[in-house]
Amino acid sequence: MATTTYSAPFAVPQRSFRSMVMLFAKEAKYEVIKNTRIPIYAISTIVFPLMFYVLFGIVLTPNNPVNRSQDATYLLATMGTFGVMGASMFGFAVSLAMERGQGWLQVKRASPMPLPAYFTAKLFSSMLFSLAISLAMLSIGVAFAQVRLAPIQVVELIAVLVGATIPFGALGLALGYIAKPNSAPAIVNLVYLPLSFCSGLWIPIFLLPKFLREVARALPPFHISQLALRAVGMSRETGSIAGHLQALAGFTLFFLGIAVVLYRRDEGQLYG
Amino acid sequence: MATAIASIPNIASPRGLNVAQAHSITKTYGAVTALRNVDLDLRSGELLALLGPNGAGKTTLVRMLLGLAAPDSGRVTVFGSDPRDEAMRYHVGAMLQVARVPETLKVREHIDLFSSYYPGPLPVAETLRIAGLEDLKDRRFGELSGGQRQRVLFGISICGDPDLLFLDEPTVGLDVEARRLMWTQIRALVARGKTVLLTTHYLNEADALADRIMVLSDGAVVAEGTPAEIKSRAIGKQVRFSSRLSLDQIRSIPGVTAVTADRDKYELHVQAPEPVVRELLQRDAWLTDLEITTAGLEEAFLALTKNQHSNGSN
Repeated sequence: MATTTYSAPFAVPQRSFRSMVMLFAKEAKYEVIKNTRIPIYAISTIVFPLMFYVLFGIVLTPNNPVNRSQDATYLLATMGTFGVMGASMFGFAVSLAMERGQGWLQVKRASPMPLPAYFTAKLFSSMLFSLAISLAMLSIGVAFAQVRLAPIQVVELIAVLVGATIPFGALGLALGYIAKPNSAPAIVNLVYLPLSFCSGLWIPIFLLPKFLREVARALPPFHISQLALRAVGMSRETGSIAGHLQALAGFTLFFLGIAVVLYRRDEGQLYG
Repeated sequence: MATAIASIPNIASPRGLNVAQAHSITKTYGAVTALRNVDLDLRSGELLALLGPNGAGKTTLVRMLLGLAAPDSGRVTVFGSDPRDEAMRYHVGAMLQVARVPETLKVREHIDLFSSYYPGPLPVAETLRIAGLEDLKDRRFGELSGGQRQRVLFGISICGDPDLLFLDEPTVGLDVEARRLMWTQIRALVARGKTVLLTTHYLNEADALADRIMVLSDGAVVAEGTPAEIKSRAIGKQVRFSSRLSLDQIRSIPGVTAVTADRDKYELHVQAPEPVVRELLQRDAWLTDLEITTAGLEEAFLALTKNQHSNGSN
């Protein structure tokens, strides 16, 4: 065909490093603003874990101040794990499933938005919510349940809990590709709640039946909570830090792998 | 509103060059054929309207040109490159049909975010002005009416000052006044040298805006030409009657452009009724309830695509 092709009369613009950073920052900023303004997200990710912590860690604990402080410290690690898990799972799975299933992601993909900015924003937002949950829970423990931690323990605990956003976010990402917009919250809860129970986040792992303790080793929240317990000096398990980190790295890669396969399947439907 | 657009710089590039091309595109989704052997040639500075009923394949074609879907066979290029090329997207804006937009962000925030994706966007205030969103800029998306939401999506499509715009059913759900306003904005963009591909299922909308119309029905191009040419094809008479003739017998009569059978009555769309009626009476002397009316433009157009539809699925 004898056509004159309109071959870009304009130079292809290259984004400078600085403008790329600004773009990622803006995407993250609006992700946080968007989530903060969704009442159900803010409530279910921040208020629920704090409420459970107050209930199980403070109200329903022995009157003996030493035991009380110990229980509250123990639950700070496990309920903290429960909290950040929720923030990451909802922040990734539910929002991705909705935006993917309801056409919004298509609008974004038709624009020149770099796809990594989209996922980085979700990771950042989940980390920020995780940080907020950890700090709030810590403050409650210190103020009302005689939780006493050395500064280095505080730093370690927060680092573990915020870092937990990575494996939990990867799990959320995979679920976000599995779930449909309407079923996403239900699917997340179906995974989130049993997983937390079996990992010893509700009832301390050493009080669970033996077979459940074995099952727990195959679950990511168990490894996060053990790292958190170590940070506050209360782990009763024998596993090493390196072992837990290795397990978590393995889970993360596994979930990312699932997400990539499902992403490709999505693209297959679009591009097939 | 039209004056607001004056500050968008004119594009100096020559008109009539090939901007986007689709070459014998076929696409099926399971058992449904969304597009069959479609060719499209979009030239710089023109507004091409894809016209057709719902499910004709218009949106599928737009999604392909945006690199959001790939054809089963055939080739698509935009600005001479693969539409999935990220650099191509700097020069493209898209208004897509979307079931749900994040509702907790404000209008200004949505525009600000999308502007940041483009290397040389319009100032946010300018985009808000063009899309008629100045008074709504601090409202959350969830608080907007249907027409206002459409304007935000329009704003998102133009905020990067793209050379090529895809507008998928931009006026769906708008009232008459809002539709006229949107037309004014679209015309002003074309006047500034932008290339626009617009989909619609209203013939009058395509007629009001387009330089060229492509009629899609059941995934195939059934007519292509200037609005005047398309209208002359659609204009004609409706002939209604009862007869024992079969559908195929009626279809075979020369001059019949469309046939619909409705219980015991046939409805034909014809350019000139006299020769058709003469032939009909010859084939069935006992034909009854004969009635000839002038078809409205929209009805005639619908008849045209309906006929193609039934032929297409044979």
